[in-house]
Amino acid sequence: MNLKHVMGLLCAAAMSLALGTNAQGQDKVVKIGVILPMSGGTASIGAHAKAALEVATDIINNAHPELGNLPLAKNAGLAGLGGARIEVVIADNQGNPATGQNQALRLITEDKVAAVFGAYQSGITLTSSAIAEKYGIPYLNSESVAANLTERGFKWFFRTTPIATDFARIYTDFLADMKATGAKTDAIALVHDNTEYGTSVANTIAGAFKEKGQPIALDVAYPVNATDVQGQVLQLKDKKPDVIIMISYTSDAILFAKTMQSLDYKPAILLADDAGYSDPSFIKAVGKISQGVFNRSSWAVGPSGSPSAIIADMYKKKSGEEMDDTVARQMQGFFVLADAIDRAGSTEPAKIQAALKATDLKPEQLMMGYKGVKFDDKGQNVLASGLIIQLQDGENYTAVWPKANAEKAPVLPYKGW
Amino acid sequence: MSFVLVQVIVGGLLLGAVYALFSSGLTLVWGMMNIVNFAHGDFVMLGMYVAYVVYTLMGGGPILGAPLATLVLATLGVVVYFALIRDIMKGPMLAQILGTFGLALLLRYSVFWWFGANFLSMPQDIVGGTYAFAGLRIEASRLLAGVVALLVTLGLHLLLTRTSLGSKMLAVAEDQTAAQLMGIRPDTMQAIAWGIAAGATGLAGALIANFFYIVPTVGETLGIVAFVTVSLGGFGSVPGALVAGLLIGVIESLSGYLIGAIYKDIVVYVLFLLFLWFRPQGLMGKM
Repeated sequence: MNLKHVMGLLCAAAMSLALGTNAQGQDKVVKIGVILPMSGGTASIGAHAKAALEVATDIINNAHPELGNLPLAKNAGLAGLGGARIEVVIADNQGNPATGQNQALRLITEDKVAAVFGAYQSGITLTSSAIAEKYGIPYLNSESVAANLTERGFKWFFRTTPIATDFARIYTDFLADMKATGAKTDAIALVHDNTEYGTSVANTIAGAFKEKGQPIALDVAYPVNATDVQGQVLQLKDKKPDVIIMISYTSDAILFAKTMQSLDYKPAILLADDAGYSDPSFIKAVGKISQGVFNRSSWAVGPSGSPSAIIADMYKKKSGEEMDDTVARQMQGFFVLADAIDRAGSTEPAKIQAALKATDLKPEQLMMGYKGVKFDDKGQNVLASGLIIQLQDGENYTAVWPKANAEKAPVLPYKGW
Repeated sequence: MSFVLVQVIVGGLLLGAVYALFSSGLTLVWGMMNIVNFAHGDFVMLGMYVAYVVYTLMGGGPILGAPLATLVLATLGVVVYFALIRDIMKGPMLAQILGTFGLALLLRYSVFWWFGANFLSMPQDIVGGTYAFAGLRIEASRLLAGVVALLVTLGLHLLLTRTSLGSKMLAVAEDQTAAQLMGIRPDTMQAIAWGIAAGATGLAGALIANFFYIVPTVGETLGIVAFVTVSLGGFGSVPGALVAGLLIGVIESLSGYLIGAIYKDIVVYVLFLLFLWFRPQGLMGKM
């Protein structure tokens, strides 16, 4: 090997190095760590969320002028970071709070993600966000509703979804309206699992009704992923409450529907707190024997050609499922996070945090029916809101309350099968 | 009140029979070759999916689905024995645990990949709805599972105690070398045991699919119950699994109704631990 060769090699090395860095400059990537249940009893939720985030990254990373005012849709990539692309790193929480915590640690320390997004189950959001707080990394949650998550004095935690207190208010108002139309709503039973989600939401709802001078008549708690719920359904059949509020994940929601049919029990009003009842596989499995169940939602498809309808279409092509409230809230949350990173113009955690704090999105910039996105000091979106939907035909939910947003009038009593 | 209590107990018995049904395969494999099959719950899951596929492709109910699930799982059991179990049996205990655990994950995530994570369900009336008499309601699908559980237990018990095949299998379980000297092939006997155990488990899955949801992770939920049932009944005892299953079903139902579902597992496990304290071999197990 003579000098010429060596020089040649060095030149080549220098050139490739230059090319490499150049390519990297154009092709900058912002990594976002995503914690989701990809296995375990709620794996269907994780699979849907993954498809939704693929659609969301497509919208952010490529030009989608048809989506109008939606931030980041018009141009390709994040303009604030010179057209950088968003990359999602998905970690499986296995439906386990300890696993979720470990995954947060791994995403932050090994994958060096700019922000963390997750983690569906309130109990896992609780543990994984504590790690992000410790490392000073922004954490955006889009779908966990346990009220206490934003009561911990965290500085790096932001939540876009309406929470248990918002929904408790919706439930009390909705039932008061139903009572005004002649329905009996005096005795209310809460049926919930023993997870962070189930217990804290049940507590919040119980508190809201108590404030209205109507204490909960019956509280039925059960262990999550139950093998059998006959005892609980018989308890309800025995006590005959007027209204049942269900706070359950998909597996238990399906088991309750089946057991209620086999034991021939229906309350006059069955009101579900999202979660399992919004899972498309719940509707496919037992929708036909759950006709007339009420549910909460912040999602409405909107007229065809509207941004929300286009997004719902993209999602359906990707996943084969109809867009539901849970995935819609997740996509919305992801857009809020990406928008903040774009405005921060940097992947520096403190700058993203500042941008999140300054977030002020208007309803026309959102795909969800929120009144906007604006965080209070605790990191909670104060403009989040929702409505009541009903599974009237056993196949599709329609908005029924409040009247201003209703497509159809609510139908009573609960029909079941 | 008393009517409801009768319903609770009947419900518990039917539930317990189902527990027994999907536990018999696990206890048989342990009794035959001292292997704890951690993939057991996922065998149940596969049986459920076979029944579901039979239903969606051919519109057949359990009359077609249950025998097919038994056959498919029995074949799988024999294949698993020759491909995996035969070799890991020679290894240390840890290899056996990790081997069957790995098999569990392989099966679970293969089903994930093929069917997706969505919850599936058979139509509610696939076995003929619900019988109602004197205020009591019994689902035909659960009754069918309960009756089959009794038949399977009886069948397995008779096979082990009354037939020459059963005697050969027990001989291998007792002392492999001695059995070999008598002209019995341990390999064949153990492969048959795996086939029977997996077949019974597949049958259980196909029958449970008629009233439970179907999802790739359902084996996790059901597997734990199977382990408790088998240890209470005595590892290796088929009739023990039946008695234990019925007992757990009734205790779960009663405590779930009377003191609340959140406490029913505590009641079951406290009684379970207390019982093992006095009788570590289980109800009908040998020391």
